[in-house]
Amino acid sequence: MPSATIVKRVIKPAIFVLCSLPLAWLALRAFGVAGSLGANPVEEIQDTLGEWGLRLLVITLAVTPLRDWFNAPWLILLRRMLGVFAFAYVLLHFLTWLILDQGLYWPGILPDIAKRPFITIGFAALLLLIPLAVTSTNAMMRRLGKRWKSLHRLIYIIVPLGVWHYWWQVKADIREPLIYAAIVAVLLGWRFWKAKRRRSVTPAHAGVPSDPPDGLPPARE
Amino acid sequence: MLIKRPRPGDSAGILPSQITAEGTYLSRRTLLQAALAAGVTGIGAAWPEPASATTDLTFKRNEAFSTTEAPNSYEDVTGYNNFYEFGTGKSDPAANSGRFKPTPWTVTISGEAETTGKFTLEDFLKPHALEERVYRLRCVEAWSMVIPWVGVPLGDVLKRFKPTSKAKYVAFKTVMRPSEMPGQRYAVLDWPYVEGLRIDEAMNPLSLLAVGVYGKTLPNQNGAPLRLVTPWKYGFKGIKSIVEISFTEKEPPTSWNISASHEYGFYANVNPNVDHPRWSQARERRIGAGLFNARIPTQMFNGYEKEVAGLYRGMDLAKNY
Repeated sequence: MPSATIVKRVIKPAIFVLCSLPLAWLALRAFGVAGSLGANPVEEIQDTLGEWGLRLLVITLAVTPLRDWFNAPWLILLRRMLGVFAFAYVLLHFLTWLILDQGLYWPGILPDIAKRPFITIGFAALLLLIPLAVTSTNAMMRRLGKRWKSLHRLIYIIVPLGVWHYWWQVKADIREPLIYAAIVAVLLGWRFWKAKRRRSVTPAHAGVPSDPPDGLPPARE
Repeated sequence: MLIKRPRPGDSAGILPSQITAEGTYLSRRTLLQAALAAGVTGIGAAWPEPASATTDLTFKRNEAFSTTEAPNSYEDVTGYNNFYEFGTGKSDPAANSGRFKPTPWTVTISGEAETTGKFTLEDFLKPHALEERVYRLRCVEAWSMVIPWVGVPLGDVLKRFKPTSKAKYVAFKTVMRPSEMPGQRYAVLDWPYVEGLRIDEAMNPLSLLAVGVYGKTLPNQNGAPLRLVTPWKYGFKGIKSIVEISFTEKEPPTSWNISASHEYGFYANVNPNVDHPRWSQARERRIGAGLFNARIPTQMFNGYEKEVAGLYRGMDLAKNY
């Protein structure tokens, strides 16, 4: 296991840089520094941001299972950064749609959110992410106490909504959404299985979690 | 300005043969993407082949049938395509169609007509003069382009085969070649791609059988060597790489309708008032307009109302979408 210093000084900055790369790559192409955004730049930006938003959401959801499978408790130290990056990409994806794609044309935007199921779903996922992003600070964690964990369980709804949003806008080729759905099914299924087993194997300890609660970030860093 | 001329024996000079051609340079990214796509989805050749060869065509411009709007660039027209036989990404067709062989080509004419049979593409087109028409193209995905096609009026071609009174519809079929069309190895759609028109739609002077674009033969990614262009309909009606045309009494099946009948109808007329179940068709993004240009309103029948509205008089266009 890497030391706390290595995690803080090396691994976290490296993850920060990695998470910024898709955005930097878009910017470089947008300004013509490296290649271009192709024939439909708005679509390219929107799709890239949405794709990375979803990928980072799935990666964030994978942190706890990976920690348990590989006995690597330090992975939890990376989860907040991954989650906040996921939110940033999802928000930028939404803003790209709102500003570049729709051109802030409200008579088009509002009916789309209300009437188009895949847009409604995506918008709902974004709305649900906002409280999680807002309460991601240490101060908020302290203030919310136990309720913080309950609140952040919203991620179990948000990520499937994100996959659904992706699935529904695909015209015919569902192979990629299917891959995301399968991964999310494993990550959520494992949690379900673990919770069930804990309840049935140790009925005496029901309601008294022996592990650090799933979803709780470290209190101190 | 000083220009350094390479001299014989000047080792620092760059020989013309050492300079990467612009096209090759620009296609590097496409090649890399294709390689990635091949790795990720398991389709595509081991290594993409060079882009398809095109030759110049002789034709006359038909001004009466051409919009005065500025055409999209050749790069956009040939680099941003929906041609699922070569992959479902917009750059897949350009990247994965190098192995496709559009020559020699034959077209089969069958069904309710006096003359039927198999014809070489040369014989099929010989009696007709090529003309250029600059048409708007509106994709069902709510983007659009302006494209200078070269082709022949579909109606003129069809009349030569003397359709009988039973010929109420015209059915089209794309070639089936999974070895050259990697997208056909996976059933995204029910291959081969099929499309159809009502006979009066097919005979409308706007309907074009295109063999070229931008004055040259069609690149593979645009549907070489023969494709349909019906500018008042969504782009997916424009079936590519046609090998069979059949006159039928009944409405023929169409690929996207088979795939999702509640989303894609037989008619597929461009209509800003009838939305796709999942998105609005009221406005469209003009390709090439840049990052900060707003969408433009979609026109009824893609702006060809005068020419085709009569075909649908009395029909409920929301039902017959």
